[in-house]
Amino acid sequence: MMMSTGQVSLHLCAIGRFARSALTTGCLVGLLAACAGAPPNPKDPLEGFNRAMFSFNEGLDQVLIKPVAQGYDAAVPLPARIGVSNFFGNVGDLWVGINNLLQGKGGDAANDVGRLLINSTLGILGLFDVASEMGLERHDEDFGQTLGRWGVGEGAYVVLPLFGPRTVRDTGGLVVDVIADPVSSVDDVPTRNTLRALRIVSARAELLPSDKAIEQAALDKYAYIRDAYLQRRRNLIHDGSPPREKLDSGALGIESDPVVAEAMQAIGSFLLVSADADAAPASSDQPTE
Amino acid sequence: MGIRNFIRFGVLGLCLIAGTGVVAQQQETAPDILVRNVTERVLDTLRRDKDIQNGNNEKLMRLVEAEILPHFNFNRMTQLAVGRDWRQASAAQQRQLSEEFRILLVRTYSNALLGYKDQRIEVKPLRLAQGETDVTVRTQIMQPGARPIQLDYSLEKGTGGWKVYDVVVAGVSLVTNYRETFAAEVRQGGIDGLVRSLQTKNRANVAAGSAK
Repeated sequence: MMMSTGQVSLHLCAIGRFARSALTTGCLVGLLAACAGAPPNPKDPLEGFNRAMFSFNEGLDQVLIKPVAQGYDAAVPLPARIGVSNFFGNVGDLWVGINNLLQGKGGDAANDVGRLLINSTLGILGLFDVASEMGLERHDEDFGQTLGRWGVGEGAYVVLPLFGPRTVRDTGGLVVDVIADPVSSVDDVPTRNTLRALRIVSARAELLPSDKAIEQAALDKYAYIRDAYLQRRRNLIHDGSPPREKLDSGALGIESDPVVAEAMQAIGSFLLVSADADAAPASSDQPTE
Repeated sequence: MGIRNFIRFGVLGLCLIAGTGVVAQQQETAPDILVRNVTERVLDTLRRDKDIQNGNNEKLMRLVEAEILPHFNFNRMTQLAVGRDWRQASAAQQRQLSEEFRILLVRTYSNALLGYKDQRIEVKPLRLAQGETDVTVRTQIMQPGARPIQLDYSLEKGTGGWKVYDVVVAGVSLVTNYRETFAAEVRQGGIDGLVRSLQTKNRANVAAGSAK
Protein backbone atom coordinates (compact mmCIF):
# COMPACT_ATOMS: atom_id res chain seq x y z
CA MET A 1 0.00 0.00 0.00
CA MET A 2 1.17 3.41 -0.67
CA MET A 3 0.59 7.04 -0.01
CA SER A 4 1.61 9.93 -2.05
CA THR A 5 1.16 13.63 -2.09
CA GLY A 6 2.85 16.29 -0.13
CA GLN A 7 -0.41 17.41 1.33
CA VAL A 8 -1.07 13.99 2.68
CA SER A 9 2.21 13.84 4.45
CA LEU A 10 1.85 17.36 5.66
CA HIS A 11 -1.48 16.59 7.11
CA LEU A 12 -0.61 13.98 9.68
CA CYS A 13 2.69 12.29 10.06
CA ALA A 14 0.82 9.44 11.61
CA ILE A 15 -0.43 8.31 8.26
CA GLY A 16 2.96 8.03 6.69
CA ARG A 17 3.78 4.61 7.98
CA PHE A 18 3.38 2.57 4.92
CA ALA A 19 4.96 0.92 2.04
CA ARG A 20 8.24 -0.05 3.51
CA SER A 21 8.32 -2.86 1.06
CA ALA A 22 7.88 -0.48 -1.84
CA LEU A 23 11.12 1.31 -1.06
CA THR A 24 13.20 -0.67 -3.42
CA THR A 25 16.68 -0.22 -4.66
CA GLY A 26 15.23 1.55 -7.66
CA CYS A 27 14.78 4.58 -5.46
CA LEU A 28 18.44 4.55 -4.55
CA VAL A 29 19.38 4.73 -8.18
CA GLY A 30 17.13 7.75 -8.72
CA LEU A 31 18.57 9.36 -5.64
CA LEU A 32 22.14 9.03 -6.79
CA ALA A 33 21.29 10.32 -10.23
CA ALA A 34 19.70 13.41 -8.77
CA CYS A 35 22.80 14.57 -6.99
CA ALA A 36 24.55 15.85 -10.06
CA GLY A 37 23.30 19.45 -10.15
CA ALA A 38 24.17 22.34 -7.82
CA PRO A 39 20.82 23.66 -6.63
CA PRO A 40 20.83 27.17 -5.22
CA ASN A 41 18.56 26.57 -2.25
CA PRO A 42 20.68 25.54 0.73
CA LYS A 43 17.73 23.98 2.52
CA ASP A 44 17.04 21.79 -0.46
CA PRO A 45 20.32 20.47 -1.85
CA LEU A 46 18.57 17.42 -3.29
CA GLU A 47 16.07 19.49 -5.24
CA GLY A 48 16.54 17.63 -8.50
CA PHE A 49 15.78 14.29 -6.95
CA ASN A 50 13.06 15.76 -4.77
CA ARG A 51 11.20 17.27 -7.69
CA ALA A 52 11.33 13.99 -9.57
CA MET A 53 9.99 12.16 -6.54
CA PHE A 54 7.35 14.81 -6.02
CA SER A 55 6.10 14.33 -9.58
CA PHE A 56 6.09 10.60 -9.09
CA ASN A 57 4.04 10.94 -5.91
CA GLU A 58 1.68 13.41 -7.56
CA GLY A 59 1.15 11.06 -10.47
CA LEU A 60 0.42 8.17 -8.18
CA ASP A 61 -2.03 10.33 -6.30
CA GLN A 62 -3.85 11.31 -9.47
CA VAL A 63 -4.25 7.81 -10.85
CA LEU A 64 -4.81 5.84 -7.68
CA ILE A 65 -5.06 7.42 -4.27
CA LYS A 66 -7.16 10.48 -5.00
CA PRO A 67 -9.81 8.59 -6.98
CA VAL A 68 -10.12 6.00 -4.22
CA ALA A 69 -10.37 8.76 -1.60
CA GLN A 70 -13.07 10.47 -3.66
CA GLY A 71 -15.03 7.25 -3.81
CA TYR A 72 -14.67 6.82 -0.06
CA ASP A 73 -15.73 10.40 0.52
CA ALA A 74 -18.84 9.93 -1.62
CA ALA A 75 -19.83 6.51 -0.35
CA VAL A 76 -19.17 6.72 3.38
CA PRO A 77 -21.27 9.10 5.49
CA LEU A 78 -19.48 11.75 7.52
CA PRO A 79 -20.05 10.27 11.01
CA ALA A 80 -18.46 7.03 9.84
CA ARG A 81 -15.53 8.89 8.32
CA ILE A 82 -14.99 10.76 11.59
CA GLY A 83 -15.13 7.42 13.40
CA VAL A 84 -12.44 5.98 11.17
CA SER A 85 -10.27 9.05 11.64
CA ASN A 86 -10.75 8.87 15.42
CA PHE A 87 -9.93 5.17 15.43
CA PHE A 88 -6.53 5.72 13.85
CA GLY A 89 -5.94 8.72 16.07
CA ASN A 90 -6.53 6.49 19.07
CA VAL A 91 -4.23 3.80 17.71
CA GLY A 92 -1.50 6.43 17.53
CA ASP A 93 -2.05 8.02 20.93
CA LEU A 94 0.20 5.64 22.88
CA TRP A 95 3.14 6.45 20.64
CA VAL A 96 2.32 10.14 20.95
CA GLY A 97 2.44 9.73 24.72
CA ILE A 98 5.75 7.88 24.61
CA ASN A 99 7.23 10.67 22.52
CA ASN A 100 5.99 13.28 24.95
CA LEU A 101 7.65 11.29 27.71
CA LEU A 102 10.89 11.10 25.73
CA GLN A 103 10.71 14.87 25.35
CA GLY A 104 10.37 15.29 29.10
CA LYS A 105 6.73 16.36 28.96
CA GLY A 106 5.29 14.07 31.62
CA GLY A 107 2.02 15.95 31.93
CA ASP A 108 1.32 15.72 28.24
CA ALA A 109 2.27 12.05 28.25
CA ALA A 110 -0.19 11.36 31.06
CA ASN A 111 -2.82 13.25 29.07
CA ASP A 112 -2.18 11.02 26.06
CA VAL A 113 -2.35 7.79 28.04
CA GLY A 114 -5.56 9.05 29.64
CA ARG A 115 -6.94 9.69 26.17
CA LEU A 116 -6.04 6.19 25.07
CA LEU A 117 -7.75 4.61 28.08
CA ILE A 118 -10.87 6.73 27.84
CA ASN A 119 -11.31 6.53 24.09
CA SER A 120 -10.61 2.80 23.96
CA THR A 121 -13.34 2.13 26.50
CA LEU A 122 -15.94 4.89 26.66
CA GLY A 123 -15.13 5.82 23.10
CA ILE A 124 -15.78 2.27 21.90
CA LEU A 125 -12.38 1.19 20.53
CA GLY A 126 -11.52 4.76 19.69
CA LEU A 127 -14.36 5.40 17.29
CA PHE A 128 -15.47 8.37 19.37
CA ASP A 129 -13.07 10.95 20.69
CA VAL A 130 -14.70 11.27 24.08
CA ALA A 131 -11.46 12.41 25.68
CA SER A 132 -11.38 15.63 23.65
CA GLU A 133 -14.88 16.44 24.84
CA MET A 134 -13.59 15.95 28.36
CA GLY A 135 -10.82 18.43 27.77
CA LEU A 136 -7.95 16.01 27.13
CA GLU A 137 -6.51 17.62 24.05
CA ARG A 138 -5.11 15.53 21.24
CA HIS A 139 -1.40 16.06 20.63
CA ASP A 140 0.68 15.74 17.53
CA GLU A 141 3.98 14.06 18.25
CA ASP A 142 6.30 11.68 16.44
CA PHE A 143 9.87 10.54 16.77
CA GLY A 144 11.16 13.14 14.33
CA GLN A 145 9.87 15.82 16.68
CA THR A 146 11.49 14.05 19.61
CA LEU A 147 14.82 14.08 17.78
CA GLY A 148 14.28 17.79 17.12
CA ARG A 149 13.67 18.38 20.81
CA TRP A 150 16.86 16.55 21.58
CA GLY A 151 18.70 19.01 19.41
CA VAL A 152 19.18 16.98 16.23
CA GLY A 153 19.28 19.36 13.27
CA GLU A 154 16.74 18.86 10.52
CA GLY A 155 19.24 18.35 7.72
CA ALA A 156 18.27 18.51 4.09
CA TYR A 157 14.71 18.41 2.83
CA VAL A 158 13.84 15.16 1.10
CA VAL A 159 10.78 13.96 -0.73
CA LEU A 160 10.47 10.26 -0.07
CA PRO A 161 8.79 8.03 -2.57
CA LEU A 162 5.28 7.27 -1.32
CA PHE A 163 5.78 8.99 2.04
CA GLY A 164 6.22 12.50 0.68
CA PRO A 165 7.99 15.43 2.37
CA ARG A 166 10.46 14.83 5.16
CA THR A 167 13.79 16.12 6.31
CA VAL A 168 16.77 13.87 6.91
CA ARG A 169 15.99 13.96 10.62
CA ASP A 170 12.31 13.24 10.07
CA THR A 171 13.24 10.36 7.80
CA GLY A 172 15.13 8.83 10.69
CA GLY A 173 12.15 9.54 12.89
CA LEU A 174 9.87 7.89 10.37
CA VAL A 175 11.79 4.63 10.57
CA VAL A 176 11.20 4.51 14.30
CA ASP A 177 7.58 5.57 13.88
CA VAL A 178 6.96 2.74 11.43
CA ILE A 179 8.50 0.21 13.79
CA ALA A 180 6.43 1.54 16.68
CA ASP A 181 3.21 1.70 14.69
CA PRO A 182 0.69 -0.74 16.23
CA VAL A 183 -0.67 -1.50 12.78
CA SER A 184 2.76 -2.81 11.77
CA SER A 185 2.50 -5.47 14.44
CA VAL A 186 -0.83 -6.84 13.30
CA ASP A 187 0.08 -10.41 12.33
CA ASP A 188 -2.75 -11.17 9.97
CA VAL A 189 -1.57 -9.81 6.65
CA PRO A 190 -4.97 -9.09 5.04
CA THR A 191 -6.09 -7.27 8.18
CA ARG A 192 -2.88 -5.29 8.33
CA ASN A 193 -3.12 -4.29 4.70
CA THR A 194 -6.76 -3.33 5.05
CA LEU A 195 -5.96 -1.13 8.04
CA ARG A 196 -3.10 0.51 6.20
CA ALA A 197 -5.20 1.13 3.12
CA LEU A 198 -8.06 2.52 5.12
CA ARG A 199 -5.78 4.85 7.05
CA ILE A 200 -4.33 6.27 3.87
CA VAL A 201 -7.67 6.67 2.17
CA SER A 202 -9.18 8.29 5.24
CA ALA A 203 -6.34 10.76 5.55
CA ARG A 204 -6.40 11.57 1.85
CA ALA A 205 -10.16 12.07 1.87
CA GLU A 206 -9.81 14.67 4.60
CA LEU A 207 -7.55 16.64 2.30
CA LEU A 208 -9.76 16.64 -0.77
CA PRO A 209 -11.23 20.11 -0.16
CA SER A 210 -7.77 21.66 -0.04
CA ASP A 211 -6.59 20.44 -3.44
CA LYS A 212 -8.02 23.35 -5.40
CA ALA A 213 -6.85 25.96 -2.92
CA ILE A 214 -3.28 24.76 -3.12
CA GLU A 215 -3.36 24.74 -6.90
CA GLN A 216 -4.55 28.33 -6.81
CA ALA A 217 -2.20 29.58 -4.14
CA ALA A 218 1.05 28.11 -5.35
CA LEU A 219 3.24 29.56 -8.06
CA ASP A 220 5.32 26.45 -7.71
CA LYS A 221 3.46 23.68 -5.95
CA TYR A 222 6.61 21.76 -5.12
CA ALA A 223 8.21 24.73 -3.35
CA TYR A 224 4.98 25.77 -1.70
CA ILE A 225 4.52 22.39 -0.08
CA ARG A 226 8.20 22.12 0.81
CA ASP A 227 8.24 25.45 2.60
CA ALA A 228 4.96 24.81 4.36
CA TYR A 229 6.29 21.44 5.53
CA LEU A 230 9.47 22.99 6.92
CA GLN A 231 7.60 25.76 8.70
CA ARG A 232 5.06 23.35 10.07
CA ARG A 233 7.65 20.96 11.46
CA ARG A 234 9.50 23.78 13.17
CA ASN A 235 6.25 24.85 14.73
CA LEU A 236 5.39 21.33 15.89
CA ILE A 237 8.75 20.76 17.52
CA HIS A 238 8.18 23.85 19.61
CA ASP A 239 4.57 22.86 20.28
CA GLY A 240 3.19 25.95 18.62
CA SER A 241 5.58 28.55 19.98
CA PRO A 242 8.73 28.52 17.87
CA PRO A 243 11.30 31.24 18.41
CA ARG A 244 10.32 34.18 16.26
CA GLU A 245 12.34 34.37 13.09
CA LYS A 246 13.78 37.62 11.87
CA LEU A 247 11.54 38.13 8.90
CA ASP A 248 13.76 40.60 7.14
CA SER A 249 17.01 38.71 7.33
CA GLY A 250 18.01 37.54 3.92
CA ALA A 251 20.88 35.11 4.05
CA LEU A 252 20.43 31.51 5.05
CA GLY A 253 23.84 30.35 6.07
CA ILE A 254 23.61 26.63 5.64
CA GLU A 255 26.57 24.77 4.29
CA SER A 256 25.55 22.50 1.49
CA ASP A 257 28.10 19.79 0.84
CA PRO A 258 28.20 18.19 4.31
CA VAL A 259 24.43 18.26 4.32
CA VAL A 260 24.25 16.40 1.06
CA ALA A 261 26.69 13.82 2.30
CA GLU A 262 24.76 13.42 5.52
CA ALA A 263 21.50 13.17 3.65
CA MET A 264 22.81 10.55 1.29
CA GLN A 265 24.10 8.51 4.15
CA ALA A 266 20.94 8.74 6.18
CA ILE A 267 18.66 7.97 3.28
CA GLY A 268 20.83 5.11 2.17
CA SER A 269 20.71 3.49 5.56
CA PHE A 270 17.00 4.19 5.83
CA LEU A 271 16.35 2.29 2.66
CA LEU A 272 18.48 -0.59 3.80
CA VAL A 273 16.77 -0.73 7.16
CA SER A 274 13.37 -0.66 5.52
CA ALA A 275 14.26 -3.33 3.07
CA ASP A 276 15.59 -5.51 5.88
CA ALA A 277 12.66 -5.00 8.16
CA ASP A 278 10.24 -6.05 5.51
CA ALA A 279 12.25 -8.75 3.89
CA ALA A 280 9.94 -11.56 4.93
CA PRO A 281 6.42 -10.27 4.31
CA ALA A 282 7.37 -8.05 1.40
CA SER A 283 5.71 -10.08 -1.30
CA SER A 284 2.39 -10.22 0.52
CA ASP A 285 2.41 -6.53 1.33
CA GLN A 286 1.10 -5.45 -2.02
CA PRO A 287 -1.58 -2.82 -2.56
CA THR A 288 -5.00 -4.19 -1.92
CA GLU A 289 -6.88 -2.16 -4.47
CA MET B 1 -3.83 19.72 10.65
CA GLY B 2 -2.42 20.51 7.30
CA ILE B 3 -2.51 22.48 4.18
CA ARG B 4 -6.25 22.32 3.95
CA ASN B 5 -6.79 24.04 7.24
CA PHE B 6 -3.85 26.24 6.58
CA ILE B 7 -5.60 27.58 3.51
CA ARG B 8 -9.09 27.57 4.82
CA PHE B 9 -8.36 29.31 8.06
CA GLY B 10 -6.01 31.66 6.41
CA VAL B 11 -8.90 32.84 4.37
CA LEU B 12 -11.04 32.94 7.37
CA GLY B 13 -8.36 34.99 9.03
CA LEU B 14 -8.25 37.42 6.16
CA CYS B 15 -11.98 37.81 6.28
CA LEU B 16 -12.21 38.08 10.01
CA ILE B 17 -9.90 40.98 10.03
CA ALA B 18 -11.88 42.39 7.17
CA GLY B 19 -14.82 43.52 9.19
CA THR B 20 -12.59 45.95 11.00
CA GLY B 21 -13.91 48.76 8.84
CA VAL B 22 -16.82 49.21 11.11
CA VAL B 23 -14.64 49.60 14.13
CA ALA B 24 -11.97 51.63 12.42
CA GLN B 25 -12.77 54.64 14.50
CA GLN B 26 -11.69 52.70 17.56
CA GLN B 27 -8.04 52.92 16.69
CA GLU B 28 -7.16 52.75 20.33
CA THR B 29 -8.87 49.39 20.67
CA ALA B 30 -6.38 46.74 21.73
CA PRO B 31 -5.53 44.42 18.83
CA ASP B 32 -6.90 41.31 20.53
CA ILE B 33 -10.23 42.98 21.22
CA LEU B 34 -10.26 44.14 17.63
CA VAL B 35 -9.67 40.63 16.36
CA ARG B 36 -12.40 39.25 18.57
CA ASN B 37 -14.99 41.86 17.61
CA VAL B 38 -14.27 41.41 13.95
CA THR B 39 -14.25 37.65 14.26
CA GLU B 40 -17.69 37.58 15.75
CA ARG B 41 -19.05 39.98 13.22
CA VAL B 42 -17.70 38.16 10.19
CA LEU B 43 -18.65 34.70 11.43
CA ASP B 44 -22.12 36.04 11.81
CA THR B 45 -22.22 37.37 8.28
CA LEU B 46 -20.89 34.12 6.88
CA ARG B 47 -23.49 32.07 8.68
CA ARG B 48 -26.29 34.29 7.46
CA ASP B 49 -25.38 34.99 3.87
CA LYS B 50 -27.04 32.31 1.79
CA ASP B 51 -25.58 33.62 -1.47
CA ILE B 52 -22.04 33.18 -0.25
CA GLN B 53 -22.84 29.78 1.21
CA ASN B 54 -24.23 28.70 -2.12
CA GLY B 55 -20.99 29.54 -3.82
CA ASN B 56 -21.61 33.05 -5.10
CA ASN B 57 -17.98 33.85 -5.80
CA GLU B 58 -18.69 37.32 -7.09
CA LYS B 59 -20.36 38.34 -3.89
CA LEU B 60 -17.67 36.77 -1.79
CA MET B 61 -14.95 38.48 -3.76
CA ARG B 62 -16.70 41.83 -3.43
CA LEU B 63 -17.04 41.35 0.29
CA VAL B 64 -13.40 40.43 0.65
CA GLU B 65 -12.25 43.29 -1.55
CA ALA B 66 -14.37 45.85 0.23
CA GLU B 67 -13.83 44.73 3.79
CA ILE B 68 -10.38 43.22 3.96
CA LEU B 69 -8.16 45.43 1.94
CA PRO B 70 -8.24 48.47 4.21
CA HIS B 71 -7.09 46.38 7.15
CA PHE B 72 -4.27 44.47 5.64
CA ASN B 73 -0.97 46.02 4.86
CA PHE B 74 -0.33 44.32 1.54
CA ASN B 75 2.71 46.41 0.85
CA ARG B 76 4.34 45.13 4.01
CA MET B 77 3.18 41.58 3.29
CA THR B 78 4.70 41.68 -0.15
CA GLN B 79 7.90 43.12 1.21
CA LEU B 80 8.16 40.22 3.66
CA ALA B 81 7.42 37.66 0.98
CA VAL B 82 9.98 39.13 -1.42
CA GLY B 83 12.64 39.47 1.26
CA ARG B 84 15.98 40.97 0.43
CA ASP B 85 15.18 41.39 -3.27
CA TRP B 86 12.62 44.03 -2.34
CA ARG B 87 15.34 46.64 -2.13
CA GLN B 88 16.40 46.12 -5.72
CA ALA B 89 12.86 46.74 -6.98
CA SER B 90 11.94 50.22 -8.20
CA ALA B 91 8.97 52.00 -6.65
CA ALA B 92 6.90 51.09 -9.70
CA GLN B 93 7.92 47.45 -9.49
CA GLN B 94 7.10 47.38 -5.79
CA ARG B 95 3.63 48.68 -6.57
CA GLN B 96 3.17 46.02 -9.25
CA LEU B 97 4.35 43.27 -6.95
CA SER B 98 2.02 44.34 -4.14
CA GLU B 99 -0.91 44.56 -6.51
CA GLU B 100 -0.36 41.12 -8.03
CA PHE B 101 0.35 39.48 -4.69
CA ARG B 102 -2.80 41.02 -3.28
CA ILE B 103 -4.87 39.63 -6.13
CA LEU B 104 -3.33 36.20 -5.65
CA LEU B 105 -4.01 36.09 -1.92
CA VAL B 106 -7.50 37.51 -2.13
CA ARG B 107 -8.65 35.19 -4.89
CA THR B 108 -7.09 32.05 -3.48
CA TYR B 109 -8.31 32.54 -0.01
CA SER B 110 -11.75 33.85 -0.72
CA ASN B 111 -12.40 30.71 -2.72
CA ALA B 112 -11.12 28.55 0.10
CA LEU B 113 -13.44 30.40 2.45
CA LEU B 114 -16.39 28.74 0.79
CA GLY B 115 -15.50 25.57 2.66
CA TYR B 116 -16.09 27.30 5.95
CA LYS B 117 -18.88 25.90 8.14
CA ASP B 118 -19.25 25.57 11.89
CA GLN B 119 -15.96 26.54 13.42
CA ARG B 120 -15.70 28.69 16.50
CA ILE B 121 -12.84 31.01 17.33
CA GLU B 122 -11.19 31.71 20.65
CA VAL B 123 -9.03 34.79 20.89
CA LYS B 124 -6.36 34.62 23.55
CA PRO B 125 -5.99 37.75 25.65
CA LEU B 126 -2.99 39.85 24.79
CA ARG B 127 -0.84 41.74 27.24
CA LEU B 128 -0.11 44.91 25.35
CA ALA B 129 2.91 46.81 26.62
CA GLN B 130 2.90 50.60 26.61
CA GLY B 131 4.04 51.95 23.25
CA GLU B 132 4.05 48.53 21.60
CA THR B 133 3.61 48.77 17.82
CA ASP B 134 4.10 45.17 16.69
CA VAL B 135 2.11 42.35 18.23
CA THR B 136 0.92 38.84 17.60
CA VAL B 137 -2.67 38.02 18.44
CA ARG B 138 -3.10 34.31 19.05
CA THR B 139 -6.37 32.59 18.30
CA GLN B 140 -7.60 29.04 18.12
CA ILE B 141 -10.13 27.60 15.75
CA MET B 142 -12.27 25.08 17.54
CA GLN B 143 -13.99 22.61 15.28
CA PRO B 144 -16.14 19.61 16.07
CA GLY B 145 -14.33 16.29 15.76
CA ALA B 146 -10.87 17.71 15.23
CA ARG B 147 -8.09 19.22 17.25
CA PRO B 148 -7.97 23.03 17.55
CA ILE B 149 -6.07 24.94 14.91
CA GLN B 150 -3.64 27.63 15.90
CA LEU B 151 -4.19 30.85 13.96
CA ASP B 152 -2.01 33.85 14.73
CA TYR B 153 -2.15 37.36 13.34
CA SER B 154 0.80 39.70 13.31
CA LEU B 155 -0.30 43.31 13.47
CA GLU B 156 1.64 46.50 13.20
CA LYS B 157 0.51 49.88 14.38
CA GLY B 158 0.98 52.63 11.83
CA THR B 159 -0.64 55.93 11.03
CA GLY B 160 -3.79 54.13 9.91
CA GLY B 161 -4.09 52.12 13.12
CA TRP B 162 -3.38 48.41 13.57
CA LYS B 163 -2.92 46.49 10.36
CA VAL B 164 -2.29 42.83 9.74
CA TYR B 165 0.93 41.98 7.96
CA ASP B 166 1.05 38.24 8.50
CA VAL B 167 -1.34 35.38 9.12
CA VAL B 168 0.18 32.22 10.54
CA VAL B 169 -1.90 29.06 10.37
CA ALA B 170 -0.66 26.14 12.45
CA GLY B 171 2.81 27.58 12.31
CA VAL B 172 2.79 28.20 8.57
CA SER B 173 3.04 31.83 7.56
CA LEU B 174 0.86 32.59 4.56
CA VAL B 175 3.34 35.30 3.65
CA THR B 176 6.80 33.92 4.18
CA ASN B 177 5.76 30.62 2.66
CA TYR B 178 6.22 32.38 -0.68
CA ARG B 179 9.70 33.61 0.11
CA GLU B 180 11.75 30.82 -1.45
CA THR B 181 9.55 30.68 -4.53
CA PHE B 182 9.81 34.42 -5.05
CA ALA B 183 13.56 34.39 -4.54
CA ALA B 184 13.89 31.64 -7.14
CA GLU B 185 11.76 33.64 -9.60
CA VAL B 186 13.90 36.72 -9.09
CA ARG B 187 17.10 34.72 -9.58
CA GLN B 188 15.72 33.45 -12.88
CA GLY B 189 14.02 36.48 -14.37
CA GLY B 190 14.68 39.43 -12.11
CA ILE B 191 11.94 41.45 -10.43
CA ASP B 192 10.10 41.73 -13.73
CA GLY B 193 10.18 37.96 -14.05
CA LEU B 194 8.49 37.63 -10.68
CA VAL B 195 5.85 40.19 -11.64
CA ARG B 196 5.20 38.28 -14.87
CA SER B 197 4.88 34.96 -13.01
CA LEU B 198 2.38 36.46 -10.60
CA GLN B 199 0.39 37.94 -13.47
CA THR B 200 0.37 34.62 -15.28
CA LYS B 201 -0.75 32.84 -12.13
CA ASN B 202 -3.54 35.34 -11.53
CA ARG B 203 -4.76 35.05 -15.10
CA ALA B 204 -4.74 31.25 -14.83
CA ASN B 205 -6.80 31.46 -11.65
CA VAL B 206 -9.34 33.70 -13.33
CA ALA B 207 -9.54 31.36 -16.31
CA ALA B 208 -9.96 28.31 -14.07
CA GLY B 209 -12.65 30.12 -12.11
CA SER B 210 -14.73 31.09 -15.12
CA ALA B 211 -14.32 27.71 -16.77
CA LYS B 212 -16.04 26.09 -13.82
